[in-house]
Amino acid sequence: MKYGSAIIGTGIAAFFALLAAGLAKDELFASHMGILVIVLIGAVVVLMRQTSFTPQPAVDMSAYMDGPIRYGVIATVFWCVVGLLVGVVIALQLAYPDLNVEPFLSFGRVRPLHTSAVVFAFGGNALIATSFYVVQRTSRARLFGGDLAWFVFWGYQLFIVMAATGYLLGITQGREYAEPEWYVDLWLTIVWVCYLIVFLGTILRRKEPHIYVANWFYLSFIVTVAMLHIVNNLAVPVSITGSKSYSAFAGVQDALTQWWYGHNAVGFFLTAGFLGMMYYFVPKQANRPVYSYRLSIIHFWALIFLYIWAGPHHLHYTALPDWAQTLGMVFSIMLWMPSWGGMINGLMTLSGAWDKIRTDPIIRMMVAAIAFYGMSTFEGPMMSIKAVNSLSHYTDWTIGHVHSGALGWVGMITFGAVYFLVPKLWNRERLYSVRMVTWHFWFATLGLVVYAAVMWVSGIQQGLMWREYDQQGFLVYSFAETVEAMHLYYVVRALGGALYLIGGLIMAWNVTMTILGYQRDEQEIGGAVPAPQAAE
Amino acid sequence: MGILDKHAILERNATLLLIGSFLVVTVGGIVEIAPLFYLENTIEKVEGMRPYSPLELAGRNIYIREGCYACHSQMIRPFRDEVERYGHYSLAAESMYDHPFQWGSKRTGPDLARVGNRYSNEWHVQHLTEPRDVVPESMMPSYAFLKSKPLPVKDFATHLKANAAVGVPYSQDMIDNADADLRAQADPTVDTSGIEGRYPKARIGDFDGNPQAITEMDALVAYLQMLGTLVDFKTYDEAGSDR
Repeated sequence: MKYGSAIIGTGIAAFFALLAAGLAKDELFASHMGILVIVLIGAVVVLMRQTSFTPQPAVDMSAYMDGPIRYGVIATVFWCVVGLLVGVVIALQLAYPDLNVEPFLSFGRVRPLHTSAVVFAFGGNALIATSFYVVQRTSRARLFGGDLAWFVFWGYQLFIVMAATGYLLGITQGREYAEPEWYVDLWLTIVWVCYLIVFLGTILRRKEPHIYVANWFYLSFIVTVAMLHIVNNLAVPVSITGSKSYSAFAGVQDALTQWWYGHNAVGFFLTAGFLGMMYYFVPKQANRPVYSYRLSIIHFWALIFLYIWAGPHHLHYTALPDWAQTLGMVFSIMLWMPSWGGMINGLMTLSGAWDKIRTDPIIRMMVAAIAFYGMSTFEGPMMSIKAVNSLSHYTDWTIGHVHSGALGWVGMITFGAVYFLVPKLWNRERLYSVRMVTWHFWFATLGLVVYAAVMWVSGIQQGLMWREYDQQGFLVYSFAETVEAMHLYYVVRALGGALYLIGGLIMAWNVTMTILGYQRDEQEIGGAVPAPQAAE
Repeated sequence: MGILDKHAILERNATLLLIGSFLVVTVGGIVEIAPLFYLENTIEKVEGMRPYSPLELAGRNIYIREGCYACHSQMIRPFRDEVERYGHYSLAAESMYDHPFQWGSKRTGPDLARVGNRYSNEWHVQHLTEPRDVVPESMMPSYAFLKSKPLPVKDFATHLKANAAVGVPYSQDMIDNADADLRAQADPTVDTSGIEGRYPKARIGDFDGNPQAITEMDALVAYLQMLGTLVDFKTYDEAGSDR
């Protein structure tokens, strides 16, 4: 029977979720389990409508397994739009506080929804989908584990839905970027181990003697995220049928564990994984080999070694002991080097193909991504210097920095990969519209530049206002006055986010039409080459 | 034959690559985090720190639930402007019973590490109900619903037990009286001698302006009113706490 075990497994899970809802010790857990029951029963209904009892054709083991990748690309685009939309909403809430709808849609609950939707839903789906694509092509082997890849995909979506609904209900650990509560964390651990099994298993059955560089990055990303996730989420639940847990660590130890996790969520989730993407899709799209093999070795080992140390720069001048702060600062500055090593390796891959920036908007997107990677990996070490951090910490400068990395690097390299993948995965000759990629590029770039610039100005201004003294030695501004001064910047910031969102919607339209099999009638970009003029 | 050529060994062996990269990423965390658990000067010696009373802990859980940490820090840095604005810089000891810590990373609103006893209960209730009534420039969301949401006073000992399991020194006496203490702190009509003994400096009384019911507003205001008030800075030896 098709989907037989999936139907039975999901049905049993739905039963246990119902049981948990009935035995719940607090109302939040009951509501959350109620949502889980609805989701799982919905899944069972969908599966049963699609089941059949005719014998299934045998799976062609020599072919690549692209089903979960197709779903993953669609999920990437979907969560991209959702995450950006929620981002624009919370940006507007900061400019116009009456847009907060208590209790479910107030800033404090929606903000983790935005960060998780962008980092884990958009970024995570992009990483899972591209890693499955890349590891098969570079190993010349089918994904290991059969339907386990499907479990990874759907299990991960369930994690996203449970995390997101939990935030809105008020179920959170209160740890930035690790907000999901203990039972959702356990579920993610199971899914993640399965992900590692599928990925590593595929590498182990490879027909190529060497493991391609992109896979080093993907592999270290998967392993390190597992380590970070497990250690940072160690907690004791109040009851096994309750939503609340208390972190295993307290105060200063808890703070450093959290930022060891938090910074390496950036380092491994948003950097190492996406560097894996860069090492496959940039050479493919540019049709050029990776610039330097030796640089990629040094870059890889230096990056993963140094990144782990950088966490304490989130805790400068706090109650964290000075030695730890200084150590974190020193390693953060050293991190500049491998980061730029990666940037150089990515950019120089275009050697001999630079003209494609003019004619190929996908290459333009990738180049912009690498350029923004270079910029934010310079800005990061600079902000980790204690003197700079004393001004930038607690201000919007940090928010601007994060977004130049997330929108510029993570977003753009993913868009490039999505535009590369969609025609290939659905056997289309080309995208619905290549010109719309150009539109997407400019909306995204403009939105990003507006966003980052506004946050620099507002962050530095507020930081300076907080420490402004008059000639008698009194503080010049009350806190409320510095808040008032932010209003205009927050309006413009929302505008920048909206521009970026429009770019995302253009991509969603373009991808949808490509999948449906349409081709827009349009002129090729850069078709007319100007005739060379004779020198005087 | 340079050392980089030997890299081919790792490239051909997935297990070696996996183990090698895992070992490399563990180093930083071990060197930076592990010492914090055994270096004795990590947490200063201070007078006055005690575990949260049940009502304060319930309030803290509401603070976490609403994501207040997204906009409010609880960590005053040792700068002249911050110390003048918020009070004595924060000590590691002041969050030693915080599971999890709530130092925060962004000040869209002001730092709250020492907000306790700075404003009246009425001010807090009014501010949480309609922030712009008392601070016109504020961009804080309204939390009026807390006033009408009763705080469940049942089995609160399980919360204290979970905290005790992760190292907070809740005594058996505290655990046994959790529900009674929770009620007594917000209800000035009952006998409060027990809670005063168990949780010195605990602020007792009706917090939300409605003595008939114990609401989430009671708990949150009780938590805000004790923030940063426990350590006795008269006995704190700054010079002896170099880290």
